[in-house]
Amino acid sequence: MIRLLFSFLLVLSVLTAPQRAIASSEFIEILNKNVALIQKSSSKTVAPVLAEIQSYGTRIAADFLKDWKNKELFFIKESSRIIRVDSTGKNEDGKKIVTISDAVTNEKLGTRLSKDVKQIKPNSGVRAKIASALVPVLLASENIQDRQEGLDTLSRDIKSSHLEPLKNAIAAERNEDLKTRMEQAYIYASITHGENEDEIENAIFSLRDNLSLEARAALNPLLSSRVEVGKQTDNSVNIARIIIPDVTVKNADGSAGRRHFLSSEKPELTLLSAYQMLVDAGYAKPLITPHMRDESLTSHIIDGRVGEFEVVELNTKEARDMAYTFLASEKNLPALISAQTIELAVAGHVFYAVYDNPSKRITNAASEVLSVINGKVLIFKLLDLALDGLSLASIYFLAAIGLAITFGVMRVINMAHGEFIMMGAYTGYVIQLLIPSYTVSILLAIPAAFCVTFFAGVLLERVVIRHLYKRPLETLLATFGISIALQQIAKNIFGTQARPLTSPSWLDGAFVVNDVLAISNIRIAIFVLGLLFLGLLLYVMTRTRFGLETRAVTQNPAMAASMGINPERINMLTFGFGSGIAGIAGVAIGLFSKVTSELGSDYIVQSFMTVVVGGVGNIWGTLAGAAMIGSLQKGIEWFNPSNTLAAQTYMIIFIILFIQFKPRGIFALKGRAAED
Amino acid sequence: MENTLFTKFLIRNPSVLIFLGLLAMFTILVVVLAEGFGIGIISTSFVKTLGKTMCLCIVAIAMDLVWGYCGILSLGHFAFFALGGYMIGMWLMFARTKLIVLEAAQNIALPLTNTEISEAVGIQIFGVVGGAEIPFIWALADNFWLQVSMVVIIPGMLALIFGWLAFRSRVNGVYLSILTQAMTLALALYLFQNDSGLRGNNGLSGLQNLPGMDDISQAYISIWFFIASAFALGIIYLLSYLFVSSKLGNIIRGIRDHEARIRFLGYDVESYKLFVFTLTAVIAAAAGALYYPQAGIINPAELAPIASIYLAVWVAIGGRGRLYGAVIGAAFVSLLSSYLTGGQAPDINLGFTVLKWTEWWLVFLGFSFVAVTLYAPKGIGGMIDLFSSKEGK
Amino acid sequence: MKNIIVASAIMCSVASQAFADIKVGILHSLSGSMAISETTLKDTMLMLIEEQNAKGGLLGEKLVPVVVDPASDWPLFAEKARELLTVSDVDVMFGCWTSVSRKSVLPVIEELNGLLFYPVQYEGEESSKNVFYTGAAPNQQAIPATDYFLDELGVEKFALLGTDYVYPRTTNKILEQYLKDKGISESDIFVNYTPFAHSDWSKIVADVVALGADGKKVGVISTINGDANVGFYKELAAAGVSADDIPVVAFSVGEEELSGLDTTNLVGHLAAWNYFQSAESDLNEEFIASFKAKMGDERVTNDPMEAHYIGFNMWVQAVEKAGTTDVDAVRESMYGLTAPNLTGGVAEMLPNHHLSKPVLIGEIQADGQFDIISQTEEVPGDAWTDFLPESAVLMSDWKDIGCGMYNTETSTCIQMKSIY
Repeated sequence: MIRLLFSFLLVLSVLTAPQRAIASSEFIEILNKNVALIQKSSSKTVAPVLAEIQSYGTRIAADFLKDWKNKELFFIKESSRIIRVDSTGKNEDGKKIVTISDAVTNEKLGTRLSKDVKQIKPNSGVRAKIASALVPVLLASENIQDRQEGLDTLSRDIKSSHLEPLKNAIAAERNEDLKTRMEQAYIYASITHGENEDEIENAIFSLRDNLSLEARAALNPLLSSRVEVGKQTDNSVNIARIIIPDVTVKNADGSAGRRHFLSSEKPELTLLSAYQMLVDAGYAKPLITPHMRDESLTSHIIDGRVGEFEVVELNTKEARDMAYTFLASEKNLPALISAQTIELAVAGHVFYAVYDNPSKRITNAASEVLSVINGKVLIFKLLDLALDGLSLASIYFLAAIGLAITFGVMRVINMAHGEFIMMGAYTGYVIQLLIPSYTVSILLAIPAAFCVTFFAGVLLERVVIRHLYKRPLETLLATFGISIALQQIAKNIFGTQARPLTSPSWLDGAFVVNDVLAISNIRIAIFVLGLLFLGLLLYVMTRTRFGLETRAVTQNPAMAASMGINPERINMLTFGFGSGIAGIAGVAIGLFSKVTSELGSDYIVQSFMTVVVGGVGNIWGTLAGAAMIGSLQKGIEWFNPSNTLAAQTYMIIFIILFIQFKPRGIFALKGRAAED
Repeated sequence: MENTLFTKFLIRNPSVLIFLGLLAMFTILVVVLAEGFGIGIISTSFVKTLGKTMCLCIVAIAMDLVWGYCGILSLGHFAFFALGGYMIGMWLMFARTKLIVLEAAQNIALPLTNTEISEAVGIQIFGVVGGAEIPFIWALADNFWLQVSMVVIIPGMLALIFGWLAFRSRVNGVYLSILTQAMTLALALYLFQNDSGLRGNNGLSGLQNLPGMDDISQAYISIWFFIASAFALGIIYLLSYLFVSSKLGNIIRGIRDHEARIRFLGYDVESYKLFVFTLTAVIAAAAGALYYPQAGIINPAELAPIASIYLAVWVAIGGRGRLYGAVIGAAFVSLLSSYLTGGQAPDINLGFTVLKWTEWWLVFLGFSFVAVTLYAPKGIGGMIDLFSSKEGK
Repeated sequence: MKNIIVASAIMCSVASQAFADIKVGILHSLSGSMAISETTLKDTMLMLIEEQNAKGGLLGEKLVPVVVDPASDWPLFAEKARELLTVSDVDVMFGCWTSVSRKSVLPVIEELNGLLFYPVQYEGEESSKNVFYTGAAPNQQAIPATDYFLDELGVEKFALLGTDYVYPRTTNKILEQYLKDKGISESDIFVNYTPFAHSDWSKIVADVVALGADGKKVGVISTINGDANVGFYKELAAAGVSADDIPVVAFSVGEEELSGLDTTNLVGHLAAWNYFQSAESDLNEEFIASFKAKMGDERVTNDPMEAHYIGFNMWVQAVEKAGTTDVDAVRESMYGLTAPNLTGGVAEMLPNHHLSKPVLIGEIQADGQFDIISQTEEVPGDAWTDFLPESAVLMSDWKDIGCGMYNTETSTCIQMKSIY
């Protein structure tokens, strides 16, 4: 320690800027005192250190805190001196070295072996505390980014000490947007930390139309409550609700409600926990647990008997209870407590929840506003669910749309369809490896994926499928073979690990309506892509010569041939077209999740289901099928949120049943085309 | 009387006799050479592999009946196979765990109550997957005979209900294939859930340890199972042969070749199809019940849709519409598969690159499957037919 | 068919004859879905064996690795383990990754009295006589990470997200109980399971964000496995959630998993392990250098590799101490052995077949490495968790009591073999 002080004195003596030296000497002392807590910080111990640094004020303290927070501080291992690392390099021996300077005075301290210094790494809990301490400085800053940062910190955690600086900042703020945000933050803060009941109540009512998470986060804690028990209710406290054990549930607005039929909500208080409360409060005798009963029995075994009972016969609950009852009366042990006793005891007392906030006015206001907000939140949640369903539907639609052509129009069962999707995704990945710009690479990947899978499709049609048009089951098998082989080839080339397909930054982020309703941009893009495909497909199939010829060949190849159409060529091109579209879908699906060799097989069954459910041979049918399957799956997940697998299982079962009633799908073809 | 009929049947159909003879000879040879009883040239793990292969041959016969003879390309028969395994696995786990619990309880002063036993068993079996209670589907697992009957009843019922729904609404051809695949997927997804009550992804394990037989070496147990599998294969082969040679077999083949014609002849096609579908599901389940105690573990990955596709691949390569074709296909492809993916097969040096069998075997299998479909729809069995003059169809 | 069988039979018999070397079986998947994780462990083992041979082998004999490929197929693990033990006659095995593969191998090694070193963090609730667990038990990873959330980050509401299989299920069950004991109410614990390779995360992320509606700080404890993490972190970033808003601590995301990822979305989120490549120690530098020299500069080291490093060194010590490779003798001499770990401390083998190791918490950085922000003292691994009532009474002690599942209340050994 003496050496440390000495070194500081040395530093002081050589300082070039005397003013800074004087100002910082005090500060260095503060740091010196707390050096251990700064080097190895913990949220539990950092508060007093921060308070001390904060109370010092001045720019130096603020700069130090910023550096500390941004992990820019180091210390010299032998002297514990806090420093900054300006640059790193290697010395002539090839060892790593660092050029350092003092953290407070900026004095240059030459170079050191990098082994000799250690970085100070505050964890994110400590960083949050430092950020909180910096808020007053940041809010008062000239720089708008600083003020924004300060406000962001407040939105995570606001303390009563922040109220004053925030008020001043609002008065001084010129930027309208920021000012509104600050005012909003002030309202939340005053609800949490305000003193004046009128002010709090006003603030609460002003949140009536506010769906943001912060608003709810400010209101909900007002309604926190604890459960109490008594002979009768205590009227001097702010009672939230009366609880009937095993019956009532807790509502979000703090009131008590009845359990809905079929709902999985648990009652707020079970009979047993209610009884336990009675025991804890001294109103009832403690329960004799089976464990205690058995221990007493065991400790009284004499010659294989407990009293009059043979031990070997104590192999039922009833026998043990009876033996214990006898034992209890004999040895004066506490008696068993029957279910009836429990019920009576619980029925003889009142259980009620008491708001932690003593003011009825505030809790009533909060409860009222919250129930309004929660009602709106529910509506938006349903809208969000619908959007999710729509998004999933568009993904299924994309995955299935290629099939709508090859299977729907041409009636070719291509089990390698999923692998075409995978090929498209890998094409995107490879292009991204070659072209670093994400935007350019994605725009290039789409046509490239189309080309690759188009030619793969044409090849498959020429080599395999052409020979099997009359044997659909065989097509199914052969394409399975292709699918197995393609998957393995992809594994051999790209490995089994998922490969990233990164979306350009303009597709990052989300379209946010409010804190409940939001959808990520990438999902919107997929939705738009799905719409484009639908339009393109409808156009190609109904408005172009190619579409006309395709339909002609599918309906009657011989007749089509006699009209001068080359059926072989049309089949080849149609199959290639369908495969190419699968390739583009692959790029989109890869963007939204990830690229693996199993990407295709994850979607193949669903895709076929989509086409079959929608009705083979109809593009609108595929759309309807995707919409139904997507929204259904999300709907099932809504009811059973903790289990996505079950949702998929139930969905497939539903589809199997659905086909019972509409074997030809939602849009069934009628007439001749409907025949197999 | 019956005996003579049977002898006559065998004389009229020498292929059955040849098959059974070869099977018996092979079985005896393996037993003699095995580690457990005989000379010890064949290791226990290889005996297990052979025993498992026999079970795969059985399920291949079932697949051949339903696809090769009846024309229903089911992509769900391996699901029935695995379900059979699950059913027997439940008994094996429960019984073994109960014995352990009871043994441990001998040192406790009070005799266990039934609730305590089932709680302890529940914690032992389901503690591993974060549960404790025994789900209701295990209600019969305590009783060997009831649970063994479930091997037949549960997959049979599933096949019956599914088949009834599907055939009733005249779902056929590729649609039925896709639907059976969806069924398999649904079942696999369901079983993958931890809450399914069958230990989710972990499945049931330690099945090779028969309850109460901890002292008997696996070297012996593997031989018992091998013999049992061989016996089952023989019986199933014989019964299947009788079935396809009967009048019923002719109708089934008729349905395959021209369903509408058979319907117009007054046969209730749907019932016949349903019968074959359910029967073969039950055969598959029985094979599974023999297979998984040898494998030692069953989990949902076993009934992934791809497994059922491999089953179709075996039968196609072996030659469908011939029972021996199915057996040859299953044995040949599955043994070759496990040999080539086991890492012992020598890699082939092509000069510019080294072809590793572990990596390229599936590619090779996939393409050879395409080739068989395109150029040799009768598979290996078809080649055998070329040599035998009598049976060429 | 017959030819193959005869050929294989001959091959088997050839394989079972010959040699006096010490054989080390390596039972890691080299193909299939787990290959990506397990292949590196095989490479690590080969490297360690090579180094040992360069030092003159063991007991004057050469170590010979026997590598097999169980192909991520769980039943095949049992089959290959049997082959290793009976046909190849290995003296020790290093292997397995997933819990189900270990459960598949367990009956075989317990029957044949083999020896397995298992290097991966796992759900605990097991202590086999024939397995040494060199990865973390829940109290060496999950519990300290949860403490970090509670104490350092002040998290009051927990989302336990996991893939639907045994490790997350058991870990979350333990954590749920632990959190309740710490005074977190049941309504403040949100549990969700998703299938392997899940990709549709929007609703789950929205649910997690909505947890913040009652003004409590939310933290996510993730036992999400493998590829599914990609979509999860992507969706989290798309929802505008940063590590400062909702921190995520992952137990299954390490250097190897990050190496194939774009980590921009993950920066600041946490992971808990017993080892990070960024750990500062001379041994670690050496290990990384020799690993990179052998495997390539772009390769990374991770926690299970350290586990194999410790396990292998301990086994070598134990064999030297026992003077034989006999399984029982080696096992007996394992207890109490210490070996340096790569993070600067010393690992000790406990009588319950687990190690004492420090717990590290790291923040993910943009370069795919971890910034270690917390390191505990050595924590002894606990086979049976203290936080579940049915396990709290159980203990494992193979040294003195000779039982892996010993009920301390009734003083009985429940079973000598493991639960499978």
